[in-house]
Amino acid sequence: MRVGRIITDRASGFWMILSLSLILLMPVIMGTGLFMKSIPIWEQNSPWQLIFGSDWSPTRGNFGFWPFIASSLYVTILSFVLSVPVCFFAALYLTQYASEKLIRLTYPAIDILAGLPSVIYGVWGILVVVPFISKVVAPVFGSNSSGYSILAGGIVLAIMCIPYILNMLIEVFKTVPSGMKEASLALGASYWESVKHVVVRKSFAGIVSAYGLGIAKAFGETIAVMMVVGNRIQVTVNPLEAGYPLPALIANNYGEMLSIPMYDAALMFAALLLLAIILIINLIFRYLIYKTHIE
Amino acid sequence: MYTSVITDTTLPEVNLGIRGNGHHPIVSIQRLNVYAGNHHILKNINLDIPKNKITVLLGPSGCGKTTLLKCMNRLTDLYHELKVTGDVWIDGDNILKSNDNIAALRQKMGLLSQRPYPLPMSIFKNVAYGIKLKGIYDKKLIQYNVEKYLREVGLWEEVKDRLHQPAVGLSIGQQQRLCLARGLAVRPQIILADEPTSALDPISSKIIENLFKELKKNYTIILVTHVLRQAVRLADHVVFMSYGEIIEEGAPADLFKNPATEKLREYIYDGN
Ligand SMILES: Nc1ncnc2c1ncn2[C@@H]1O[C@H](COP(=O)(O)OP(=O)(O)OP(=O)(O)O)[C@@H](O)[C@H]1O
Ligand SMILES: [Mg+2]
Repeated sequence: MRVGRIITDRASGFWMILSLSLILLMPVIMGTGLFMKSIPIWEQNSPWQLIFGSDWSPTRGNFGFWPFIASSLYVTILSFVLSVPVCFFAALYLTQYASEKLIRLTYPAIDILAGLPSVIYGVWGILVVVPFISKVVAPVFGSNSSGYSILAGGIVLAIMCIPYILNMLIEVFKTVPSGMKEASLALGASYWESVKHVVVRKSFAGIVSAYGLGIAKAFGETIAVMMVVGNRIQVTVNPLEAGYPLPALIANNYGEMLSIPMYDAALMFAALLLLAIILIINLIFRYLIYKTHIE
Repeated sequence: MYTSVITDTTLPEVNLGIRGNGHHPIVSIQRLNVYAGNHHILKNINLDIPKNKITVLLGPSGCGKTTLLKCMNRLTDLYHELKVTGDVWIDGDNILKSNDNIAALRQKMGLLSQRPYPLPMSIFKNVAYGIKLKGIYDKKLIQYNVEKYLREVGLWEEVKDRLHQPAVGLSIGQQQRLCLARGLAVRPQIILADEPTSALDPISSKIIENLFKELKKNYTIILVTHVLRQAVRLADHVVFMSYGEIIEEGAPADLFKNPATEKLREYIYDGN
């Protein structure tokens, strides 16, 4: 009996450690694999050239990834700017002001939105967002945009991320004990003052991490963005122009044109870049969380 | 038994007159009922709280003590599911009926809860918070008051070198005294204390108890406690509740020696 328990104890410990190490090793394994596969391209180009070069002509052996990186960043930042205030106020309203009934009504709605496959968001983008931009937004700015644009990508991405970030923010706000809010009210604060100074302040680290996870997810999102962003290789500041994000590059071209030398390695490098940027975003947000904790 | 059943009068002047025990009631609760759906939480509560005394609320868990406290500063507003009827007169105002300035009303009362809830900010700002809410922005004045009230609860010496560090870094006992200081800093007349020592060690509890004895010179204290000894040590007036009703109230000496009801007798003997 005793021996049996010790053995199961040991064994379960072993399996837990094994599973954990697998999880911890995964990014390392993937990163190394991508790095090895992209070595040929490193040998021919400097990293600087690869990352900040804008000339993309694989047949001539020129691989400048900047148009893709810039598009990705642009779309992501746009979606971030659009979704941050919406998520923030919606989550605050739901957790601090809404009646129990409304909350029960919104949860399934949020869950459905969060669970929809991204193709559906893409289709919706093509049917609604793209025409809206070409017919309504573009004429206002005197542009003849087709609608397939960075702005369309940003909007679709924002809508995709909202339920995801919203879910996390709701959890974050719910963890603030009501006694703390009551303490603030008892001191003579109005309800809004209590929400602002106590609920939001207390949740700060959680808010930052919710947005961090949201932005990292947004950066890697592929299908829906690819369907509406236009996929033209160019560097532009005009959001009504088309762009070509990094994940789209990989998804569109992998498995094709293997006859072009180095193309394979270039796509591996793109994947490596994606991994690296998401890692950097995570690190930045980890740092922000750390900063808010020690303050 | 029901020593303070109030007759059916609605004039505040009459209600706030000198009562039989010779003290001015600062709080006068009349026909207070609280419902949560079908659950009748407080049943026709009539109660006068004497000024500058410690009134202790006793009763088994779930009998409605916390709810009664929350009615006095309208924290019941936060819970949409609660329905509150009746009158609570405080200092001449019927607080359940007047809707104009709940914040000012709440500042007449300091709240000390079962667990300390320091606000997510520094020690200094915790105390300054309520002061600023009173519209005082003068830096010197705020500083003066923060120190004054931290001294009043005996915390100043312990925290004066780390005023600008987060309040959560304090021990639980220190946090509770900080919460008291922060409550006193808005200069309330009444202190509502809901089992304020239940999360504290005996020494911190003692500190709080001694503070209360000191504070009752200037404040009216309404204290919920499960510790009978604490009630004996502190109470000027005891109110015993059960299932949302006031069963008995009176001076502690009478009540504890000769409980008039079986319920209180049981409570006292099972508790010791
Ligand atoms: N917001 C609410 N909704 C529904 N029921 C409530 C609510 N608040 C309190 N109650 C109920 O009212 C009753 C009294 O609760 P209360 O917290 O006032 O008891 P208490 O005397 O303070 O108990 P304890 O000594 O355990 O703190 C309990 O049965 C509780 O379930
Ligand atoms: Mg209670």
